[in-house]
Amino acid sequence: MAYLDSPQIVSSRKEYADSFTLARYLATGGYEGLKKALSMFPEQVAAEVDAASLLGRGGAGFPAGRKWSMLRKSAVSYLVVNGDESEPATFKDHYLVERDPHQLVEGVIIAAYALQVNRAFIFLRGEFALGLERLSQAVNDAYEHGALGRKIFGSDFSLDIVVHPGAGAYICGEETGLIEALEGKRGFPRIKPPFFPAVTGLYGEPTVVNNVETMSNLPWIVTHGGAAFAALGAGRSTGTRLFALAGRVKNPGVYEIEMVKNTFRDIIYDPALGGGIIGDKAVKAIIPGGVSAPWFGPDQLDLPLGQDEVAAAGSMLGSGSIVVLDEDSCIVRATWRITKFFSRESCGQCTPCREGSGWLERMLYRLEHGGGRVEDLDLLLDVSDNISPGLAWPPQQTTICVLGPSIPSSIHSAISMFRDDFVAHVDHGSCPHG
Amino acid sequence: MSHLRTELRQRAEEVVALYPSRRSAMLPLLHLAQEQDGYLTDEAMAEVAELTGTTPAEVRGTASFYDMFHLEPVGRYVVGVCTNIACLLRGGEELLEHASAVLGCAVGGTSDDGLFTLEETECLADCNIAPVVQVNHRYVRTTTPEAFDGLIEDLRAGRLEHDIPPHGTLIRVRRAGGLRADAGEIAAERASAREARAAREQ
Repeated sequence: MAYLDSPQIVSSRKEYADSFTLARYLATGGYEGLKKALSMFPEQVAAEVDAASLLGRGGAGFPAGRKWSMLRKSAVSYLVVNGDESEPATFKDHYLVERDPHQLVEGVIIAAYALQVNRAFIFLRGEFALGLERLSQAVNDAYEHGALGRKIFGSDFSLDIVVHPGAGAYICGEETGLIEALEGKRGFPRIKPPFFPAVTGLYGEPTVVNNVETMSNLPWIVTHGGAAFAALGAGRSTGTRLFALAGRVKNPGVYEIEMVKNTFRDIIYDPALGGGIIGDKAVKAIIPGGVSAPWFGPDQLDLPLGQDEVAAAGSMLGSGSIVVLDEDSCIVRATWRITKFFSRESCGQCTPCREGSGWLERMLYRLEHGGGRVEDLDLLLDVSDNISPGLAWPPQQTTICVLGPSIPSSIHSAISMFRDDFVAHVDHGSCPHG
Repeated sequence: MSHLRTELRQRAEEVVALYPSRRSAMLPLLHLAQEQDGYLTDEAMAEVAELTGTTPAEVRGTASFYDMFHLEPVGRYVVGVCTNIACLLRGGEELLEHASAVLGCAVGGTSDDGLFTLEETECLADCNIAPVVQVNHRYVRTTTPEAFDGLIEDLRAGRLEHDIPPHGTLIRVRRAGGLRADAGEIAAERASAREARAAREQ
């Protein structure tokens, strides 16, 4: 049975149809965390976030407090919020921005105060038209309410937030690609080092880049204290997390559950969560953490949903997405479609990614649609190995960013786990599922 | 003579003022240009170049990188159907095929009446209501062929004008006012905050 008794930290207003309005936000404790933060020293606020052991919710899972502590001291520095949610089957930030934009805004103000930054940019995916409107309205309302602008709530702290719309490019989720886009250029990830924008970021100035869900946790953490947050979950995985469940389940959706306390089986089968597989079929494969992650088979259903637990099993919790394939799902088609995505979204700077993704996509296309050869299986793995040597996890990198080395994950998983499915496609001449 | 109409030109100048560098306004301004024309005309891109301190070639080179910017005319309604993994597992390819048949145009093409442009999209982050369909980047939540047909009928009849503005209009909420946290004033505030803190700590 799933464990569902933990507090709803970021989705506490989900019952309200008007959860996105300032009136509802204020009526449900909104901006109280900020008021408390402003009564503390900035470093005390940062210490609470450190004590919470809040891991970044974007995908890499880097501790937010440590990211903040790396900010190079400078006269000018920036806070940038990554709301470019584009990892396939990840839809939690979309939910947070549309349903509770004030919670995000309050989190950003708290973070900016802790960092003593006076300018924050929220980079929101361009395809979120409604989210952009609700967030823009929330920012306007926050200024009007005195939570933004000069001398916030009568304190000595001032902040401007600018909502910046993206324009459709997965690569802008990579933080240096996002910064380039924010500077008005193509979203080409920057060459590392420097590895961290906290040293050299927007306009060459120190910049902290945090995810929407990470920011949305801050009002609760400041209100209840970092220790209360750290008491939830286990090990390095503290607090709750939004999981986006999709694919062949009866009730796909965004679920906030306590870290580590539940397993893949719980979220997929519990009647209050996924509700089981459509038609009560069997699980064939699970894609945890986004399509960059290695897959799991049904033998991993009892693995706890925690960052280290999933990592130890050879994959990642990543962006918190979980895609379920059932016994009737075509593995080759799924692999082809994921690879087609990477091929389309490769920014084109690095040869292994740009050329490799297209080559892999064409091979998988012919296996699925006709003309595939059995030697393609070895060739798929060979080309994958040239993008990410050794096909190890975490992947070895031959490219500027991690998009390229993410491509082989699904191909390697699919061929290792379901080689017979690929061979059946070759024997049949195309997809046996029709 | 400005290509952008007066109101949009004024909004564009307000947007430029929000950034430490003019070029940062590139993506928001290209969205504004699409709001006027539905796609990016040469005249609009020349004006964005002037506003951002870049050249028309740099503007085109940047715009062409991003899926949401159109360098050729598109329909009043750009219909996007997702076929990425979560939607693939719930009939996304079949719905895209149906959309192509109903609209009478190939993926990437525009219907004969010029009203609809059909696109196959990557994940649109609404996977609990899959397959996901957006019209002008607004979720319409029609997951079956029948619901899709009803959507197209409603759009043709103009019944969704309020919910779905013409292609290019992305954000109907205008920012209220410019920047308030002036850098010079903040420096003075920081100094006084340091003094106050030193006094408190004594």
